[in-house]
Amino acid sequence: MADPRPLPTPDRMGGLSPASFAALVTVGALVLVSMNNVAPSLGQLADGVPGMLRLVGRMLPPNTEADFLARIALRILETFQIALAGAAIGIVLSLPIAWLSARGLSPLGRGAFLVKAFVSLLRTIPDLVWALLFVATVGLGAVAGTMTIMVDTIGFCGRFFAEAMEDAEREPQEALRAIGANRASVLVGGVLPDIMPSLINSSLFALEKAVRSSVVLGLVGAGGIGQELKVAFDLFQYRNASMIILVIFAIVLLMELCTDKLRARVR
Amino acid sequence: MLDLQTAPPETAQLAVAPVITARGLTKSYDRRSMILRGVDLQIQPGERIALIGSNGCGKSTLLKCLIGLHPISGGELDCLGAQMQGGGSRAERQHLRQQTGFVFQKHCLVRRRTVLSNVIHGLFGAPGSWRAFSHSIAPEPWRQRALEALDAVNLADKAMMRADALSGGQQQRVAIARALVRRPRLLIADEPAASLDPVSGRNVMDLFQSLCGGQGITLLFTSHDMKHALDYATRVVALKQGRVLFDKPSGRVSQSDLNETFHG
Repeated sequence: MADPRPLPTPDRMGGLSPASFAALVTVGALVLVSMNNVAPSLGQLADGVPGMLRLVGRMLPPNTEADFLARIALRILETFQIALAGAAIGIVLSLPIAWLSARGLSPLGRGAFLVKAFVSLLRTIPDLVWALLFVATVGLGAVAGTMTIMVDTIGFCGRFFAEAMEDAEREPQEALRAIGANRASVLVGGVLPDIMPSLINSSLFALEKAVRSSVVLGLVGAGGIGQELKVAFDLFQYRNASMIILVIFAIVLLMELCTDKLRARVR
Repeated sequence: MLDLQTAPPETAQLAVAPVITARGLTKSYDRRSMILRGVDLQIQPGERIALIGSNGCGKSTLLKCLIGLHPISGGELDCLGAQMQGGGSRAERQHLRQQTGFVFQKHCLVRRRTVLSNVIHGLFGAPGSWRAFSHSIAPEPWRQRALEALDAVNLADKAMMRADALSGGQQQRVAIARALVRRPRLLIADEPAASLDPVSGRNVMDLFQSLCGGQGITLLFTSHDMKHALDYATRVVALKQGRVLFDKPSGRVSQSDLNETFHG
């Protein structure tokens, strides 16, 4: 026989404290105020559509002249070299930096957080700001771009490598220490092989990110295809710009396909 | 077969000295709880000692203290001539670990490396040991030595397989080969058969018996399997609440001794 009394129903707002409710309302209000100040209105969107269509019309067809294609091929090669060299140097430098900042592994002990803070600083400053700094210090061109990618990669890989090291299996490390292995041997013999898939994945993401970043560095004079794009827009050469955008899209897509395939092979 | 007789020159000098002498050994990780409360223990060369006791009685802690993985809190500890008070000096720990093999309950192999590289890892701590990172950069004599150690545990044909492709029993045998490759005078094993099925467990214990018995290596192992303790050890030491409850030849351990160890 079923109990005639209804079962107590849980509170619909259960778990939401007054403080959480107030925080939620505040965040919602901030979003609304921000949208009111800076988001496009429907009228602005409606006005912009014809302009956009006119621009797309002036971009078509993309410029396929042989001279122009040869010039952007060289710029694309330079862009790729900036990404590859910057990412490679950054990945290599990230390994010792990650080791120094990894909790439980760092030879610096409690000082590891200082290295972690340094890596955070590298990551927090946007790549275009780094590019401006390096253009100001080493001058216009690809070297400034390579240095930007390097610093950006250290900020990204330094963090992910350190987290992978902290999450590595503890037992093999203890076994190697019991054998008499020093810190460096534990790192090279036990930690790195264990986290190799994670290192490779992070490195491939860094390379992808480097290719995407390197195409825009030219906008501030740090070399690569971005420089051509800026010139094309500055001189209203929209057919050139559309060709450059298509090439950039193809390069980034190709890079993502390659890294996806490589990632699938890592086990 | 692996030439385990090749030992450091000081072997002859220390042959008659005890391998381990512990007096009043204490260990605590914080001020509130004492894990070891005054352990007295002496182990002679060539003995096979089983350390028994219920969970949390301090067996694993004692083993790790012996080789300085965990520094002792008090008492005296001499292990293979190294004074391990306060964990011992770095040089003493290094000297001790070069003469000691340690096999953990979980084999603790680097799973993405080959079996051969894992065995060569056993030579970390030796001069030039950065080359122990991988079999591909290790000196040829080291590779040969590792293959001999693998042959001793009947796994020479698996040398180039990845460690995680082996069964649990095989991985534990690789861990034993890793301990043997350093030609140790003392082999310490922390519940080496605990993660294995009964047949694999007995095979591993048979291997310990034949390798240690035949070559005069001192063996100190912990076990929850009383059959292993009584069949494979020459002496049984029981720990209870951080103290030695009894220490007697395995043939003289009675059922009441075991009852007192685990239930009393």
